[in-house]
Amino acid sequence: MQITVNINGASETRDVEPRRLLVDFIRSDAGLTGTHIGCDTSSCGACTVLLDGRPVKSCTVLAVQADGSEVKTVEGLAEGGELHPVQAAFKEHHGLQCGFCTPGMMLVGSALLEENPDPSEEEVRWAISGNICRCTGYMNIVTAIQAAGGEGS
Amino acid sequence: MTTVHEPRTSPEVGGIGHSVRRKEDDRFIRGAGNYLDDLNLPGMLHMAILRSPVAHARINSIDSSAAMEIEGVLAVVTGEALAAHGLAWMPTLSGDTQAVLATDKVRFQGQEVAAVIATHPYIAHDALSHIDVDYEELEAITSPQQSLATGTLIRDEKEGQTDNVAYTWEAGDQDSTDAAFAAAARVVSLDTHYPRSHPAPLETCGVVADVNSITGQATIYMTSQAPHAIRTVFALVAGLPEEKIRIVTQDIGGGFGNKVPVYPGYVVATAASLLIGKPVKWIESRTENLISTGFARDFHMHAELALDGNNRITAMRADILSDQGAFFSDAQPTQFRAGLFHICTGSYDFPSAHVTAKGAYTNKAPGGVAYRCSFRVTEASYLIERLVDNAAHEVGMDAADFRALNFIREDQFPYLSPTGFVYDSGNYHGAMDKAKEMIGYDAWRARQTEQNSDPDATKLIGIGVASFTEVVGAGPSRQYDILGLKMFDSAELRIHPTGKAILKLGVQTQGQGHETTFAQIVAEELGIPYSDIKVMYGDTDNTPYGLGTYASRSTPVGGAATAVVSRKIRAKAQKLAAHLLEAAEEDLDWEPGKFTVKGTDQSVTIQDVAFAAYTNHPVGMEAGLEGVTYYDPPNMTYPFGTYIVVVEVDTGDGTWKVLEMVAVDDCGVRINPMIVDGQIAGGLTEGFAKANMQWITFDDDGNCIGSNFMDYLVPTAWETPRYQLGETVTPSPHHPIGAKGVGESATVGSPAAFTNAVIDALWSRGVSNIDMPVLPHRVWGALNNVEVSP
Repeated sequence: MQITVNINGASETRDVEPRRLLVDFIRSDAGLTGTHIGCDTSSCGACTVLLDGRPVKSCTVLAVQADGSEVKTVEGLAEGGELHPVQAAFKEHHGLQCGFCTPGMMLVGSALLEENPDPSEEEVRWAISGNICRCTGYMNIVTAIQAAGGEGS
Repeated sequence: MTTVHEPRTSPEVGGIGHSVRRKEDDRFIRGAGNYLDDLNLPGMLHMAILRSPVAHARINSIDSSAAMEIEGVLAVVTGEALAAHGLAWMPTLSGDTQAVLATDKVRFQGQEVAAVIATHPYIAHDALSHIDVDYEELEAITSPQQSLATGTLIRDEKEGQTDNVAYTWEAGDQDSTDAAFAAAARVVSLDTHYPRSHPAPLETCGVVADVNSITGQATIYMTSQAPHAIRTVFALVAGLPEEKIRIVTQDIGGGFGNKVPVYPGYVVATAASLLIGKPVKWIESRTENLISTGFARDFHMHAELALDGNNRITAMRADILSDQGAFFSDAQPTQFRAGLFHICTGSYDFPSAHVTAKGAYTNKAPGGVAYRCSFRVTEASYLIERLVDNAAHEVGMDAADFRALNFIREDQFPYLSPTGFVYDSGNYHGAMDKAKEMIGYDAWRARQTEQNSDPDATKLIGIGVASFTEVVGAGPSRQYDILGLKMFDSAELRIHPTGKAILKLGVQTQGQGHETTFAQIVAEELGIPYSDIKVMYGDTDNTPYGLGTYASRSTPVGGAATAVVSRKIRAKAQKLAAHLLEAAEEDLDWEPGKFTVKGTDQSVTIQDVAFAAYTNHPVGMEAGLEGVTYYDPPNMTYPFGTYIVVVEVDTGDGTWKVLEMVAVDDCGVRINPMIVDGQIAGGLTEGFAKANMQWITFDDDGNCIGSNFMDYLVPTAWETPRYQLGETVTPSPHHPIGAKGVGESATVGSPAAFTNAVIDALWSRGVSNIDMPVLPHRVWGALNNVEVSP
């Protein structure tokens, strides 16, 4: 069936199988490979994108469910060449190592800061608890998200 | 000597000691990394693998005709088809053989049985359910004890194999050890199982094989921690000419040892591409990753310490039974059948030790990879640190004091251990003192005494100590090789006319930050800003040969090669500088980035010299400014540290939480302190994971429990404790920049600290051991003296 999804401000219209996963639509049809696949069971959050502003695990959303919606991926975080504060903070505070979980973590972090610009450490840990990182031990991710919030407020 | 390294270079140059921000991050934070699954080639096909649903069975027949009728399916590959090309079996990294696709039998749940090649990944996966395999089930052997007792032969296809023993091995000296035990005032013993675990990097394994049927060129993109070694293995296994094999590894989403071996999927995809003439992509699912690739640990350990009347350790015995799964495929040096487990005498000074080890085949996935570990040092460190802690309890001494009494002293280095290692340098008392001070050890002990002495207390404080010694940086080539390939490593450095540089490495980053830290080594040695140095790796056509990154060997071996090649280039630069300054070479002083004529202000920069190397080199000198070094380390390096954890155990439900943790690491000179701390925080979390929740087990039929992230628990930010990190700096005396490697220290050292903390809380209640993961029901069972399920 034909669907239209606005990804990072650009409209993508495609014929897709009803069973096609949103993550495959984003990666293979729209060619945006910054969204990663880590587990297939919506446990790890590597595939997190913002669907109409809310974080979702795009391996557990069908592409047809996103018809008519707006999707933001990591490629859409920077605006006008300017890094989002969360992106800058991840680099500054060493919030990433292999980089595989990073897009999902940054998107969850950016959504949290939209709702709560000055989250506590505990609030950040809870917000990112659906996203797994195997490299950092999370400390620097938490610091980065809090620092990005501090910058925005 | 313990010193903290002060940077010699400016922050702009960014040499050793500067926490410069990582160069690789710019692409990762924009979603512009190049991971394997991001690669799509024109005409590329997709592969899916059919795996055995049972642990042990004879295959009577495979019928793939229905699958072949599905539109978009090009081929179904079976073991029989591979056997026709001599590819049904392949060698493992331990010199055993492993089935690529099963022919006679399946020997573990998840074993590769057939592969579908199709135009779309969904079609390939659809087709798997249309392949009909007739399995005749056999007894599943699910423990090494059962394996050694049963009459069922797991490897009946293997010539000369008459039992289920994969290997036997020993180290140390039995006679002197027996004598010491005979004379001991006290013997402390421990039986423990270091459970099976899986590295589970967030990116699974995969391959895109692109074999050109006209030219024979095979370009194989894969998630490999050791691309050069893989190229040679492919040449030897598949009989392909090595100059026509190019292994390309781009960004890797974590490795932790999982991405060292060659897996059957790589071989099948390459064979399929060769036969069909199109690129073939295979990406593991998470379940495939957890049930079939590279497990780690699974050591059943019995050990004893002999003590004299003054509470000094005099000897150690250890006997290991390892669960190897269906194929012996430990990624480890050839000479050492149980890896470097014999480092198990740890940080302590005693004259005698004897280690025996035996591996058993079982109907479980093969692996034995060094999961964030240098070849079984993790099991060794856990064993000695648990044993020492129990010894302290048994003799009634404080855990820190008992260790301090028995530590190798600073003036004893270099120290020859009873199993033959030569520890390069150490200051164990220094690390212990610092950790105690940082955590406020005495105050915590006082609080513990007060809180735990209440007989009605429902929350018990435990303080766990672990003082690990690691052995990393394999290694001297006289002792260390894998499948005969010596474990040196390499660096090639080219300085361009404008003073910018390219550094090419034989080691392979998986997120450790090589693009930054290796540029910093060059910056330190040549004074060229780190930002002007591009670091390349992972393309065997374009980088010098090396054995790759695992066992914390990047900095100890590849880092040393980088320093040495930089110094070679500096020596030539000095000749060029002498020519430019019209001075004698020996009249020049060097400071990073500049040669100056002694006693004058006449100088040239390294950039001036680089330009001259291509535009104004003296007659008789070769043009250019580049070099390559293959570094063969004279010894391993021995990072160490002390970790102290305070936990609170709830006696009602058996849960425990970390109240405070301090980790003092000494990895010698730190190149980029920010990155080092990041490695330690990540490693501590993996140690916590294993102590608290993360393990793979099997039911009696050999079904893998832990085949996805809902059953195989890895900690999130919510469960993960906070850490305070501290350092001491004891340089390695034999490493060109005094560095020791740090990627694995925390994973090696911390599990014992967590377990020791829980046992410390419960010792007065009669509990002397709980195996990892220290799950709440195990704690509750131990406290209440009730047998609980595993």
